[in-house]
Amino acid sequence: MNENIEKKLLTKRFGLIDPMSIEDYLASGGYSALRKAVSTTPETIVEEMKASGLRGRGGAAFPVGVKMEMVQKAEADIKYLVCNADEGEPGNFKDRYLMENDPHQIIEGMVISAYAVGASKGYIFIRGEYARPIYMMDSAIKAAQEKGFLGKNILGTGLDFDIELYTGAGSYVCGEEFALMLCIEGNPARSTFKPPFPTNEGLYGKPTQINNVESFANIPHIIEMGAKEFSKIGTKHSKGTKLVSLSGNVRKKGLFEVPFGVHLWEIVENLGRGVMGSIKMVQVGGASGPCLPPNLLGMKLDYKDFAENDMSLGSGAVIVIDTKNDILDIVRNTLEFFRHESCGKCTPCREGIVHLLVLLDRFILGEAEKKDLELLKSLIQTIELTSICGLGQAAPTALKTTLRYFPEVYAAGIRKNHTRAI
Amino acid sequence: METVKIKINNKEVEVEKGTLILDAAKSIGVSIPTLCYHPDQEIKANCRVCAVEVEGMKNLQTACSTQAAEGMVIKTNSAKVREARKVNIELLLANHNMSCTTCIRNGNCELQKIAAELGIRESRFDNIMVLQDKDESSPSLVRNQNKCIKCGRCIQVCTNVQGLAILDYAGRGHTSEVKPAYGMYLNDVRCAACGQCSTVCPVAAITEKEDIERVWEAINDPDKHVVVQTAPAVRVSIGEEFGMEPGSIVTGKLVAALRALGFDAVFDTDFTADLTIMEEGHELLRRIKKGGVLPMLTSCSPGWINYIEQYYPELLPHVSTCKSPQQMFGALAKGYYPEKIGKEAEDIFSVSIMPCTAKKYEAQRSEMKHDKKHYDVDAVLTTRELARMLKQAGIAFDQLEEEEYDDPFGISTGAAVIFGATGGVMEAALRTVYEVVTGETLENINFTDVRGLEGIKEAAVDLAGQQVKVMVAHSLSKAKQVMEMIKSGKASDYAFIEIMCCPGGCIGGGGQPYGATNALRQQRIDGTYRADEALAIRKSHENPAIKKLYGEFLIEPLGEKSHHLLHTHYTNRKRSH
Repeated sequence: MNENIEKKLLTKRFGLIDPMSIEDYLASGGYSALRKAVSTTPETIVEEMKASGLRGRGGAAFPVGVKMEMVQKAEADIKYLVCNADEGEPGNFKDRYLMENDPHQIIEGMVISAYAVGASKGYIFIRGEYARPIYMMDSAIKAAQEKGFLGKNILGTGLDFDIELYTGAGSYVCGEEFALMLCIEGNPARSTFKPPFPTNEGLYGKPTQINNVESFANIPHIIEMGAKEFSKIGTKHSKGTKLVSLSGNVRKKGLFEVPFGVHLWEIVENLGRGVMGSIKMVQVGGASGPCLPPNLLGMKLDYKDFAENDMSLGSGAVIVIDTKNDILDIVRNTLEFFRHESCGKCTPCREGIVHLLVLLDRFILGEAEKKDLELLKSLIQTIELTSICGLGQAAPTALKTTLRYFPEVYAAGIRKNHTRAI
Repeated sequence: METVKIKINNKEVEVEKGTLILDAAKSIGVSIPTLCYHPDQEIKANCRVCAVEVEGMKNLQTACSTQAAEGMVIKTNSAKVREARKVNIELLLANHNMSCTTCIRNGNCELQKIAAELGIRESRFDNIMVLQDKDESSPSLVRNQNKCIKCGRCIQVCTNVQGLAILDYAGRGHTSEVKPAYGMYLNDVRCAACGQCSTVCPVAAITEKEDIERVWEAINDPDKHVVVQTAPAVRVSIGEEFGMEPGSIVTGKLVAALRALGFDAVFDTDFTADLTIMEEGHELLRRIKKGGVLPMLTSCSPGWINYIEQYYPELLPHVSTCKSPQQMFGALAKGYYPEKIGKEAEDIFSVSIMPCTAKKYEAQRSEMKHDKKHYDVDAVLTTRELARMLKQAGIAFDQLEEEEYDDPFGISTGAAVIFGATGGVMEAALRTVYEVVTGETLENINFTDVRGLEGIKEAAVDLAGQQVKVMVAHSLSKAKQVMEMIKSGKASDYAFIEIMCCPGGCIGGGGQPYGATNALRQQRIDGTYRADEALAIRKSHENPAIKKLYGEFLIEPLGEKSHHLLHTHYTNRKRSH
């Protein structure tokens, strides 16, 4: 039980270096992956990334190497790189830790990517509430520019690449890639339909590699250790490590880095030192993630395991909820969040989430009818199937999974007689 | 042509690569409902009503935004699709003022139509609409937030076609709205009142301000002599309201219908369109001869006048001082006609039937009053309103026998008819100006260079050895381009520029029947030129009634009476918002 299940890769410098000092970073082997990268060809890097099996850490889990290859092959006068640091998912704080503790590995990952895909301009989009990461990334960018890791003719290779910081104003939907890019362009943050995908028509209509902070932070390590070594970490279907933001009713909350394949119960019991009472459910991935009952904690932190249960791993938040909490109360809180954050573009998300709340309240008040349950399920399905972006598609997840695993809670909200009191 | 093979509802179909699922389905007779989609606009894909099932894809795909790809297997009517469509429509209805029976769009509302098609018998969701006040500040338009379904069509037409961006999304999520910046009233922002928003709105969130009741009142008042004028563009569009082919020329039926409604005299705005050509043509010649401000800009489109007064007031000296044909008619109806029939001006109630919402604004401008008391035009009805009025009166428009306009404002020429299409005023003016200047008969009177839907058109005419360059623009985004040309001196060698506020000219006006697309506008334009060719007289200065009017009353173009009745002035209405 007390065996250490952590595996420190992205967090290996945490606490050991002064994050504000580029010298510290260099002294601990920093920017050597970049030197190694620019000594090979962009194609080699893309191949290496594909071989590593790294999948996007923002939640959608798209293979990073494949994305890079698409941008690399897209023809355009200019290509962009965007680092999505708009970490707005409740329960997630991994990107904040990365930016606050080791900002240069993110920059290094971006420069390697820029070299591989041929991008000349990069943006780091940080949510407005992250005052400290904004300050630290800004300082790190300046230091990297001074040392010649950003700017013209990087390391004498002829590579021109620079990074600009862009901060949001606190809108959750900015984490959605199209809304984020529209926001950088100066437009209101609203999602749009796909395809076209960012790899062909992204920022300013140009090919764009947009990835999460954690994805970029992985890149120097993959180049450093080689895809073969990297892919030894984790499981057959999920390579590398995962940063886990552990919160809720566990004794020890915080950020942990674990290899893929650890069991959820291990995260709760080993890293979190368990709960005081008993576990009611664990929400994985953040507010948009599924709520799992205790008997499913045998599931592994593995893309395949989750997909087989019709769920997604999300960005790796683990929120532990004990029996002192009311399930419907938590679901209501989650939905209230999405109602507030919906951008308002598409019908199902704009209008639908409000009615999820209206219907849920009937169950909370014990005034629901049987047909409300059917309507609720139909509405969940419509929102999932027809919302224009991930925000809407994932908004009913907590509701849907609690309906699946805790049907008795909802059944208790249905009136015994058939007519509703007026 | 590269093609792809796809399967829609188990039927194989081969379509050009890049074809939208929506169009591919249409090609085999499968209609997919849409709300935010508009064939002339950018894809929005926000109503999600056109969602279809594509095999191998987890979520439903919107047919309006997804291109057919090789091997796609599509289902447009599966249980999943039907339920999702229904739920999305029900969600819209739950935040919509469902007062359908008393709604101005009752019978031609796109939301209502889809709800009917989907067989929605009740909205399973509670109606949670928060009732808001209507914006009735504009004399032309009414904005009803309680009906808005946030499809964004009005935003696109206002921003992309007219270049104004008066309307946009505000707020987010469930409380997002479509409205002018800072929630201001329509009349307090720099809206041109063109009404293009009202023609693309699928519901009744923005509509013309109805004046039907005032007209009924006047008709039923035995002390009023009610005269009516019909704009050129109405005769090629109102047939659409009664199931006739777009572009059908229904002039005679229109006259008969108005008479059947009870108007005392039915006149033609085309008559004053000819008069406009006489005045405006001579004004142009005078400006050329006497070194006046050139290029001269046309003044017959009130939306365009609203635009230049609010956005480019420094260029107002370029605008012809001629009143629009509607207002010339109004001035004659109150300042010449009463004496002819032995009545007083205040006994006359003058109504105009216009393809336009900005005409409502124009009619109530303070300059447009007879003797500072009575408006020259008392009520303006759009084409759509007239159609409604005819339906109220139970008049079977398509079955009417054709009738002739009344004297003395009933005779007109082909030059006047084409006022309704972009380039028409220019062509009409050239037909007259050429003959006035050269004294010769114009051989080919068809100036085809200035016709058609291209945004900015040019032509050069040889006037007795002098090359005169002219330009034609329609829609306000194109007007803006022309204004910038003038400001930067790039238009200094042009003598005359026609500007129409609406795309396609008045036939594409904001008061025209619903459903206008570029293809349909072209049909109306074709109708317009067919009407021109069918007329015996096709040059304004050859109109015998015009000659008579000058002979017995006006004396000469730009004369004292004309100055008083037919010309106007403009106001700098620029403001910061």
